[in-house]
Amino acid sequence: MLKLPIYLDNNATTPMDPRVLEAMIPYFTEHFGNAASRNHPFGWEAEEAVDYAREQVAKLIGADPKEIIFTSGATEGDNLGIKGVYEMYASKGNHIITCTTEHKAVLDTCKHIERTGGEVTYLEVKADGLIDLKELEAAIKPTTILIAIMYANNEIGVIQPVKEISTIAKKHGVLFFSDAVQAVGKIPVDVNKDGIDIMAFTAHKMYGPKGIGALYVRRKNPRVKVTAQMDGGGHERGMRSGTLNVPGIVGFGKACELARLEMAEDAARLSILRDKLENALTQIEETYVNGNREHRLPHVANISFKYVEGEGLLMGFNKNIALSSGSACTSASLEPSYVLKALGLGDDLAHSSLRFGLGRFTTEEQIDYTIKSVSETVLKLREMSPLWEMFKEGVDIDKIEWAHH
Amino acid sequence: MYFLIFKLPYFQIFKLTKMAYSEKVIDHYSNPKNVGTLDKSKKNVGTGLVGAPECGDVMRLQIEVDDATGVITDAKFKTFGCGSAIASSSLATEWLKGKTVDQAVQIDNMDLVEELNLPPVKIHCSVLAEDAIKSAINDYRKKNGLEELVFEEKIH
Repeated sequence: MLKLPIYLDNNATTPMDPRVLEAMIPYFTEHFGNAASRNHPFGWEAEEAVDYAREQVAKLIGADPKEIIFTSGATEGDNLGIKGVYEMYASKGNHIITCTTEHKAVLDTCKHIERTGGEVTYLEVKADGLIDLKELEAAIKPTTILIAIMYANNEIGVIQPVKEISTIAKKHGVLFFSDAVQAVGKIPVDVNKDGIDIMAFTAHKMYGPKGIGALYVRRKNPRVKVTAQMDGGGHERGMRSGTLNVPGIVGFGKACELARLEMAEDAARLSILRDKLENALTQIEETYVNGNREHRLPHVANISFKYVEGEGLLMGFNKNIALSSGSACTSASLEPSYVLKALGLGDDLAHSSLRFGLGRFTTEEQIDYTIKSVSETVLKLREMSPLWEMFKEGVDIDKIEWAHH
Repeated sequence: MYFLIFKLPYFQIFKLTKMAYSEKVIDHYSNPKNVGTLDKSKKNVGTGLVGAPECGDVMRLQIEVDDATGVITDAKFKTFGCGSAIASSSLATEWLKGKTVDQAVQIDNMDLVEELNLPPVKIHCSVLAEDAIKSAINDYRKKNGLEELVFEEKIH
């Protein structure tokens, strides 16, 4: 029996796996100690649990446990990683290279750095959402200290050429930071094979709890240090003060272990379901898949349904299916998705897009229901759309002089 | 439009965007009234096309007028936009039918806002519907040798 509503917004957050919750529960009440309490059993228990989780987290990304700095999530990780490098390596230079499709936590951190005297280059992306490696290399200057490029994009799921980026970074002696929130736990990420120096990721995108994440900071070849952004007790090798969130860390560790063991199977199953969804929906006339389809996360599809508006489209089924739209009719800005616009999509196509994010608990029955609901709503709204009528009559909509507001 | 948003405390914007759709908006969205196309080559049909695809809203509203009485006998719409834009134009066509052209000019966007319980972030949808009505009326007047009316522009 199909249970509604269906959750297809797994890029925003994922439900917690019950096995993760089970692992966490004792650390709220029974083993409540402060991991920094070195002189009694309560503290020892907590420290032991944190050490074990640190190993689980490190193992998922091929790191050493000492290279894991626990944070409150990826926004903190992005801030600590980028501002921390900017401050620590100030004597070497002040230039950072990033790209226009990064998450706001990276872009706004870079804007902050610009206001404090830093210099930032924002690389454009190609129409498929990937950066141009030649442009990246050409942007490097003697003052460049950091390249900050995300592993996989949250809106369109495209995977950047991380290995090639790290090769360029190494060649020029520049550090490489990656926001890997959408990739870790979904596809194999190995900081050594990928050549990443600093990497932010978070538990709640991989079936773990909210409020806990990690920053990977390389200790060898090269040894990287970041300046702490919060002053306090000097936890996490002095890079991130604050009493450790022991239950969260335990849950994060468990989520990483489950991801390591089940990732391949999940990804294979989800890519079949994603392809089924995408193939069925693109059977509808004038629908377009956004972003590179080859270098892409297995569970994400971003589709524009031309001549219908995304928010109006969502309204047709959002009681039963949870999805995101690239249209931002309700947000204060009224601007459509900056990521889709960066691909060179017109505002009209950006306004017409939906993001489907499948997850561990998505079933085929749910996908079948989604295909039916979305298709029906698209057809219904096109019957109501003046643009669709003009398109069908052969009117070139781009040649009409629209009154802009 | 913007000034309205910034006057509200943050939590209220959140509440309103979350609960953007009233029962009436949902009803018009699910069962829109008067979707369709009138023959724009007819002299007694006025057509208004407003908005822009880049802004995420385009409305086309048409009226058919009885030349003898000046009464609007039929009204149709097609809208590309969010649920509130669809509901605003659907309601506008309902209100237009049976009114004289002179009465129709009086329809104010705030009447639509009130009837549909539109939140501040959706007021621009009602303004667009009012613009569509006026634009259709002017198209009708132009076709029939009457001077176009000049309207004060509203802030979107």
